Amino acid sequence: MLTTLLQNVINALQWGSFYSMIALGYCLVYGVLRLINFAHGDIFMVAAYIGFVFVGFLLKFMPGSGMYGWLVLAITLPVTMILTSMLGVFIERVAYRPLREKGAHRLYVVITALMVGLVLENGNLAIFGASSRKFPEIIDKVVFTFAGVRITNLKVLVIVTAIVIFIFLQTVVNRSKIGMAMRAISYDKFGIPLMGIPVNRVVVFTFIVGSSLAAIAGVLFGMSYPVLDPYMGMIIGWKAFIAAVVGGIGDIKGAFLGGFMLGFIEILIVSFFSSNLKDLIAFTILLIILVIKPTGFFGVAKSTKI
Amino acid sequence: MSLLKITDLTQRFGGLTAVSDLQLNLEEGGLYGLIGPNGAGKTTIFNMVSGFYTPTEGTINFDGNVINGKKPHTVTALGIGRTFQNIRLWHDMTVLDNIRLSQHYHLGYSVFEPFLRTKNYFKNEKRIEEKSMELLGVFNLQDIAHEYPKNLPYGIQRRVEIARALAAEPKLLLLDEPAAGLSSADVSDLIDHIRWIHDNFDITILMIEHQMEVIMNLCQYIKVIDFGKTIAEGTPAEIQKNPQVIKAYLGDEGEVYA
Amino acid sequence: MGKYQQKTMMIGGGILFGLLLILAHFKMIDLYVQSVIMFIGVNIIFATSLSIVNGYMGEFSCGHAGFMAVGAYVSSLLTVVLFTVDKETGLAILPASMSIYLFPVIIIIGGIAAGIAGLLIAIPSFKTRDDYLAIITIAVNFIIITALNNMDFVGGSRGYMGMKKVIYGMEGVMKFPYMLFWVITFAIFTVFLIRRFITSTYGKGIIAIKQDEVAAEIMSVDTNHMKLVAFMFSSGLAGISGGLFAHVIGYVNPGSFSILKSTEGLVMVYLAGMGSLSGSVISAILFTILLELLRPLQIFKWVIIPLILILVMQFRPEGLMGDKELSDYFPKLKKFYKFK
Repeated sequence: MLTTLLQNVINALQWGSFYSMIALGYCLVYGVLRLINFAHGDIFMVAAYIGFVFVGFLLKFMPGSGMYGWLVLAITLPVTMILTSMLGVFIERVAYRPLREKGAHRLYVVITALMVGLVLENGNLAIFGASSRKFPEIIDKVVFTFAGVRITNLKVLVIVTAIVIFIFLQTVVNRSKIGMAMRAISYDKFGIPLMGIPVNRVVVFTFIVGSSLAAIAGVLFGMSYPVLDPYMGMIIGWKAFIAAVVGGIGDIKGAFLGGFMLGFIEILIVSFFSSNLKDLIAFTILLIILVIKPTGFFGVAKSTKI
Repeated sequence: MSLLKITDLTQRFGGLTAVSDLQLNLEEGGLYGLIGPNGAGKTTIFNMVSGFYTPTEGTINFDGNVINGKKPHTVTALGIGRTFQNIRLWHDMTVLDNIRLSQHYHLGYSVFEPFLRTKNYFKNEKRIEEKSMELLGVFNLQDIAHEYPKNLPYGIQRRVEIARALAAEPKLLLLDEPAAGLSSADVSDLIDHIRWIHDNFDITILMIEHQMEVIMNLCQYIKVIDFGKTIAEGTPAEIQKNPQVIKAYLGDEGEVYA
Repeated sequence: MGKYQQKTMMIGGGILFGLLLILAHFKMIDLYVQSVIMFIGVNIIFATSLSIVNGYMGEFSCGHAGFMAVGAYVSSLLTVVLFTVDKETGLAILPASMSIYLFPVIIIIGGIAAGIAGLLIAIPSFKTRDDYLAIITIAVNFIIITALNNMDFVGGSRGYMGMKKVIYGMEGVMKFPYMLFWVITFAIFTVFLIRRFITSTYGKGIIAIKQDEVAAEIMSVDTNHMKLVAFMFSSGLAGISGGLFAHVIGYVNPGSFSILKSTEGLVMVYLAGMGSLSGSVISAILFTILLELLRPLQIFKWVIIPLILILVMQFRPEGLMGDKELSDYFPKLKKFYKFK
């Protein structure tokens, strides 16, 4: 019994790691621009495909096992991050920034983000077709067993990556100069340009970081659950976003913990009830939390001043 | 007769006590001033009286009803109107609609009547429109009834906001810094204007203001607060001489200017 | 404001509608064209109902399709159980002749059920707004869909059918293009009701909420009450559109009411402009026709359409109409219909 429970905890940690990594991307953009970047889940999906294509390309030249497997991963990750960041910045530059500069209503930018997501999903569907793809196995599986609990090296990698990313972001946002600029923009977007802070550069930086996170998550996701399909980003993305809000969006800690919480809820439901009820129960729990605590666990209510 | 009676009113936000142990008694028909340095808790008092905040302790008794904890729209319906420090008109709605909407509490028809367009609906819409136009006429605003407030000069916007507050037929009108942002010519207009409203609408007025010209000219009785506590109260003449008020406003060396 | 012109307009519209029905009745209009007209009608109801909340009240509801689903399932279940022979329930409970009269009633019952489901959003909206409320609406959409997926008596994820049989039953009693008639009637009815709501001082309370909620509450608008009414009204109408949609298609499954469907609604409302009723109607028509025209492109359709919309947003960042009505652009139209 205890073993099953611990096994589930490990699975939940891995599953939650993905939600957390995606939620952090939402959270960064939301924190700076107050924009729900609905395309983020699809950027994650595109990243997984970029990783898939690139790994396929590399495997033509080198075997995908042993040390070579790690080498493939070591080359794929940065390449995917760069390509995905370029996509993210391109979207920002072409679709969001002109609207921002024209002073369009906030919701029009959100709708544009939704549309960008659709373009990515269906563009992908048009290129790769509806059949799902199998991500090649590049790392030899090593299983550690502690007291009957099985942990693969991949799981460890995923969980550790998520934690490292969180610590990295916490440091960047709270300690670095550009992090301070990011927080400042979210606080007062009219005053900040007057202070000589290059808003657009900070925004581009935010999108680079956010997309890179999606890239890491995408590649690791492909390795962990090796079936890719064009709509995978949408569902995971929406869920991660809700998780980020439940944690308290605009706060990195909140998004991170929110992602893990959703992972735990889902894995526990699957192991104790049935996987059919997973979404129903998970969303109901999230809804109840939001109704009771509208700003999430770590979010701070903005008080209206009159 | 006492219209508004506030006893032992306290408001805390977390560790901060914005207003503590406030007592206030407004007689019907009076014109009162509430002054104090920035951050003294004046607007907080207004927010509690108009129902926007629920006081931590104490009671607010208005016209025989205890109103603390009541929702703002109920409080307005009972007869307290207010204006805001930063004008809060509905900027994308005509001036006429602005006035119309603050009669939302006594439309005189039920939820279904707008859909059915009954006789009663038309009768009441007509009544509301006529009353609104009449009110605008009184304020000499009838010509801009179909303009949008965002296109109007600041001084006019202030007047529209006061008209809007009066459309709900309040017994007590709370004015939050009515002279803020006005030119000196506009300020003297405003003084006449408020006096005129007070005389013609048979209303009690409580106002927050920083411009002493307005307060000293208009108010019969003034309450001075600082850090949420009452530091002085009395007639304008008494307040002007009160050493504590001078200290709060000008610091310890203030005697020189007194 | 010409009373005479208005009357002409109404009579003209009535004649046009009658002509359409006669042509459809004698099969002089292609069935495909008929179905496009019906989709336009359904989308008009869907878009205008969403514009109550998103356009006029200024909240951001992204789960509108959930309510459409409630209306679709409730009304389909009622018509199929009441009027068709089922393996499990045995004989039809009511004779087919009654279906002609009860059909609109059942569609409205579906709407009422959806309106009650609207409480799921209305109640949280008292405390929450903006993006947080948007998340709640997404969650509600997901909850409704996954709940339907888990209900075996309506077919779960396989979907539910049998509504065509109901329509055939109705046609068996008396030949008439029922669906065309009811879709157009309900669409006109919806626009009519929303217009009445939004032009009354009562209904303008929700516009006040959009522009300044604090001022609205302090100036005697009971904001919670108005939100409750607006959300229930809006989701109720969405339920009606769902009921009609289900009977036009003859088949529903939870997947047809996913977030994608909600997104379509959002597109129609924001393409129109926030707070323009005639805009919502026009964009519902344009959008449906665009969807049909691009059908041969298959999957590329859903690449092209979002791209077009992104472009439209770049050139008209306030939507096609902004918050203006058709009569603001063409003042002569004021003679024919009154809006503000």
